[in-house]
Amino acid sequence: MNISLLIISIFLVLALYLGIKARKGKDMDMEQFAVGGRGFGTFFIFLLIAGEIYTTFTFLGGSGWAYSKGAAAYYVPAYIFLAYVLSYWLVPKIWRYSKRHSIISQPEYFASKYKSRSMGMIVAVLGSLALVPYIVIQLKGLGIIVSEASYGAISPVAASVIGAVVVTTYVMISGIHGSAWTAILKDFMILVVVIFLGIYIPVHYFGGIQPMFETVQAAKPEMLVLADQGLSQSWFVSTVLLNALGFYLLPQTFMVVLSSNGERTLRKNAIALPLYTLLLLFVFFIGFTAIMGIPGLQGADGDLSLLRLAIQTFDPWVIGVIGAAGLLTALVPASVMLMAASVGLTNSFFKVLVPAATETHQLIVSRIIIIGISIIALIVTVTGGEALAILNIMSYSLITQLAPSLFCSLPKTNIINKYGAMAGILAGVLIVLYSTIADVKVATFLPNTPHVINDISTGVIALLINILVTFIVSALTKHISMQQTEMNDLDKIS
Amino acid sequence: MDAIKLLLFVPFIGFLGFLPYANKIEPYILGMPFLLFWVAFWMVMASIILMIVYKFDPDNKGSDSE
Repeated sequence: MNISLLIISIFLVLALYLGIKARKGKDMDMEQFAVGGRGFGTFFIFLLIAGEIYTTFTFLGGSGWAYSKGAAAYYVPAYIFLAYVLSYWLVPKIWRYSKRHSIISQPEYFASKYKSRSMGMIVAVLGSLALVPYIVIQLKGLGIIVSEASYGAISPVAASVIGAVVVTTYVMISGIHGSAWTAILKDFMILVVVIFLGIYIPVHYFGGIQPMFETVQAAKPEMLVLADQGLSQSWFVSTVLLNALGFYLLPQTFMVVLSSNGERTLRKNAIALPLYTLLLLFVFFIGFTAIMGIPGLQGADGDLSLLRLAIQTFDPWVIGVIGAAGLLTALVPASVMLMAASVGLTNSFFKVLVPAATETHQLIVSRIIIIGISIIALIVTVTGGEALAILNIMSYSLITQLAPSLFCSLPKTNIINKYGAMAGILAGVLIVLYSTIADVKVATFLPNTPHVINDISTGVIALLINILVTFIVSALTKHISMQQTEMNDLDKIS
Repeated sequence: MDAIKLLLFVPFIGFLGFLPYANKIEPYILGMPFLLFWVAFWMVMASIILMIVYKFDPDNKGSDSE
């Protein structure tokens, strides 16, 4: 066993220990398991929400995108900090309603707001559909990081399996408490590693950050600005808006919001979080240095730029620490994603099918579903190939289709009803699926469309059609749902 | 919606609205090409704006509401 593998193993054991120990002193019911009894203060909520953004995708993909696509990579921190701005207004409303109605998952929220179990089921299925690719990305990233950082001593598949076993174990035992405790370790590690690498590497190779950028500018100036077409400004603006809108609709982020101990905790977090996204700049510095430092990584191998550059630069023990940080960036988000998918499915399917089920039964079923999702994700991780990138883009476009029904549900009187909401979601989802699988853009139908329009994210176009369908169907079914609207009103008196 | 919360639109309009003018390499600021600096600048601005909104938001007066 080499020194770097030893360091990674120590951190893996430490994460497992913290994750299991997190349960101590908690009587586990569904509310404790899923949302920590709504008891997390500013510190834990901060780490958990930040945990959702500093994933392996950010660690490998952030530097990888900067390496292979240049400035287009800025879309990642851009949508995240704008999502936080939006969250100041949005998430306290969600938290307040959920607290009053004892809601612990996103599908339950929609089912309650629209007084419709079918609505809950649609949201649960859509959420799981969006989550599985995310979990797969974490496991796959974990495999790459551990395999590279152990100098090939562990194969990517073996690393993914070990990671999945560890995360499944502590999530089943401690629920979201396990995620919160491992998040402390993770954020400390990622802060140290990313800031150190982001400063050291450009200084080591080019004598500073600005000299590094100037070298890139001299060789490949197009990497430092947005392109005229393709990943252009209209792509950037539409993708940033779409993802900012979708950020808190991701089931795992939604769930973290519910685990907060108050509205003010959420607002305070909104203030601090945009500053935390500054950390991503350091990830970009590494990616841009790699353009000159290790040219020639093609396609998906761009994601390896950070690790390859590090291996070329440092002693094995430093690589071990980087590998450990990378491992943790996979475990923490994956754990919350597993929870969110499992609790959502338990609430909207098992509870509906077996209304007499006790809390104990629900906890057992949730844990079985966690194992099930882990296994599915592992199978896709091992067998899935290029399709992953498509799934990742689809996740956000799919989940954002819930935005119209979420936003309409916020005011005291909802101007749309469950028929409109469901029809809109289905229409949006079908368009996203069709256009992604068939690789269709606006220009496919209207060949003369200017790039400014053609580059707009497909998710935005699906969203516009979704909104249209939502309102038309709501208007047509108005008489059917009159009664329900009145019930909703009664429910929302605050 | 309280008037103070309208400030939340500022980062969206400022950052995305002026993107066409910010999409350039020079001048370098704080060692970063201009476009990257523009992203970083608005991250900091977003925090400052949220702090101002938080301070004047009547929702945060008194005890934490249920």
